[in-house]
Amino acid sequence: MPANASPPEPLAEAVAEICARHAGLEGPLLPILHEVQAAFGHLPEAAVPMIADALNLGRAEVHGVASFYHDFRSAPAGRHVVKLCRAEACQAMGAEALAAQVQGDLGIGWHETSSDGRVTLEPVFCLGLCACGPAAMIDGELVGRADAEGIEAMLGAEAGQ
Amino acid sequence: MKVYVPRDAAAKALGAEAVAAAVLREAEARGVTVDLIRNGSRGMVWLEPLVEIESDAGRLAFGPMGAGDVAALFDDPAAHPKALGPTEELDWMKRQTRLTFARVGVTDPLSLEDYEAHGGLAGLRRALDLPAAEIVEEVTASGLRGRGGAGFPTGIKWKTVAEARADRKYIVCNADEGDSGTFADRMLIEGDPFALIEGMAIAGLACGAEKGFVYLRSEYPDAIEVFAAALPIAREAGLLGPSLLGRGPGFDIELRVGAGAYVCGEETSLLNSLEGKRAVVRAKPPLPALEGLFGRPTVVNNVISLATVPYVLAEGAAAYQAHGHQRSRGTMPLQIAGNVKRGGLFEIAFGVTLGEIVNEIGGGTASGRPVKAVQVGGPLGAYFPPALFDTPFGYEDYTALDGLIGHAGIVVFDDSADMLAQARFALEFCAIESCGKCTPCRIGAVRGVETVDRIAAGDSSAVALLEDLCATMKAGSLCALGGFTPYPVLSALRHFPGDFPAAREAAE
Ligand SMILES: Cc1cc2nc3c(=O)[nH]c(=O)nc-3n(C[C@H](O)[C@H](O)[C@H](O)COP(=O)(O)O)c2cc1C
Ligand code: FES
Repeated sequence: MPANASPPEPLAEAVAEICARHAGLEGPLLPILHEVQAAFGHLPEAAVPMIADALNLGRAEVHGVASFYHDFRSAPAGRHVVKLCRAEACQAMGAEALAAQVQGDLGIGWHETSSDGRVTLEPVFCLGLCACGPAAMIDGELVGRADAEGIEAMLGAEAGQ
Repeated sequence: MKVYVPRDAAAKALGAEAVAAAVLREAEARGVTVDLIRNGSRGMVWLEPLVEIESDAGRLAFGPMGAGDVAALFDDPAAHPKALGPTEELDWMKRQTRLTFARVGVTDPLSLEDYEAHGGLAGLRRALDLPAAEIVEEVTASGLRGRGGAGFPTGIKWKTVAEARADRKYIVCNADEGDSGTFADRMLIEGDPFALIEGMAIAGLACGAEKGFVYLRSEYPDAIEVFAAALPIAREAGLLGPSLLGRGPGFDIELRVGAGAYVCGEETSLLNSLEGKRAVVRAKPPLPALEGLFGRPTVVNNVISLATVPYVLAEGAAAYQAHGHQRSRGTMPLQIAGNVKRGGLFEIAFGVTLGEIVNEIGGGTASGRPVKAVQVGGPLGAYFPPALFDTPFGYEDYTALDGLIGHAGIVVFDDSADMLAQARFALEFCAIESCGKCTPCRIGAVRGVETVDRIAAGDSSAVALLEDLCATMKAGSLCALGGFTPYPVLSALRHFPGDFPAAREAAE
């Protein structure tokens, strides 16, 4: 980098580093999007043109890919992410009622974040815990035979740390 | 003292981490040396966390264990209130034919020595002594069909790729396992990752491919962790790398993580995703076997298809094909799920009836209420009433009843289930997950939800409309997402008309 260039902002620096590290992969876009999201908690809008330039792709193309997948979020999530399984095997064990109760307790619907920024609630379609449903994932941790009290206890315990 | 506490995601979701920590704590407090093995799951999910200790009489099982139950293990295990007896003597274990899952729950998933000591690598060693065409022939003769859902003969697919000419070819493992009620791929990868690696290496050898990808869904963090740890171990030992076991051609595998899209389980959508594109479905032809990943000949196989290949090569096609029923040869790892007393993974030869699966193996519902419906084969599979419980488990048997076995997920519902709501959900799911490329799926699913709502509101003319819409989706969709969503919808309508007010009226 020339000495007179302004120091790159943290996002640009991180994205450039992530793109460079994946440059040798066949089809590097998805791994790059995953890493950027892991680093920033979401996919910042500003990262899209940076990734597009690094991979020699159109911005619309990168945006199109990022928006196709449920995993990539364009805004940061709450401090906790609660994912509840909505799929059939969990439905058979009361997932609908559990979802209604959690939504009521948190005062939010699917894909929403509580106004204090504490919790984001997301649906997920199967966590592979179909023999011990209803299943949930709280901040990455899997829960079988989930109930609303247990979920709130996990959120409370972690919030208190 | 050797203690086994599963690292399987279901065991962890039910408290295995706390149990493992308690084992270490208790051992230290008592000054006992324990060898703690984090194995896969034996598949008895209702008994997880299932702890085992090694004894002169073989491995003894205890479960379901909580951290508070651990101390008593160190006193008199035989008198432990959670003692189940020797693991291998449990009815659930004895009734199975574990070929693909032989090592899952038995070995340390990340010990290659353990893997070899339990028969691992014998298949690859034999394959290395065979001409490629004979490997393919062996897989074809075994009768192995794709375990991802479509049931296409694995050997025939391999032959197409093997005979294609190209500068590069790929072996792609479909580990997207998005079907509700399924977890066999997850359990296999978490419990015996080298079996998948060995199967892919054999596929590479047979087809002339030197590169493999495993496309693993992001909803499976534990499987991702285990597989990512297994790859360097395999490379270190020469199981992967520039020359298979030091005497074959090169083969290596890259792990790729999905991003939460059900349609990526469809093979062409998966290939687009691997290429870094929007995961829309591709029109076929061209077949992926001829023009697949990056336009090259590509084998796309399910985890279980690939992980079964080492057995076929090691024991011979005849040994595998001796099991089964009609054109469904070998065994299937059934995943018994939902509202069921004994849920989990049960590997058995094809031919077992649905009633045996649900009532004898699964023990009926968890709630103790009567079984109302069983969805077989994931969200695109039909709902079966108990009246069809004599149906033998086989590809053709289910097709004949307008259903499918899919990836062998068996989801049990008790009599509190509302089948109109289940039909509506099938369409809602299709609408959420549609890749958007073809109209019957993209628009049909949305219209379908509206039509079910009209039926719910008592509009009897909407029943015929729903049937029409389903016919359009079946005939006109580009892939089985739109094409098979009618199965759960129409089966719910046909077998449970009482749950559809308008249909009920029309019939009266
Ligand atoms: C919507 C949809 C989802 C699918 N999901 C999966 C999946 O998660 N895993 C899988 O192995 N096959 C899945 N399939 C089937 C694949 O397209 C393909 O048939 C399979 O991976 C081939 O491997 P096999 O011959 O070993 O079964 C899906 C198909 C469709 C239409
Ligand atoms: S259906 Fe909920 S975990 Fe599989």
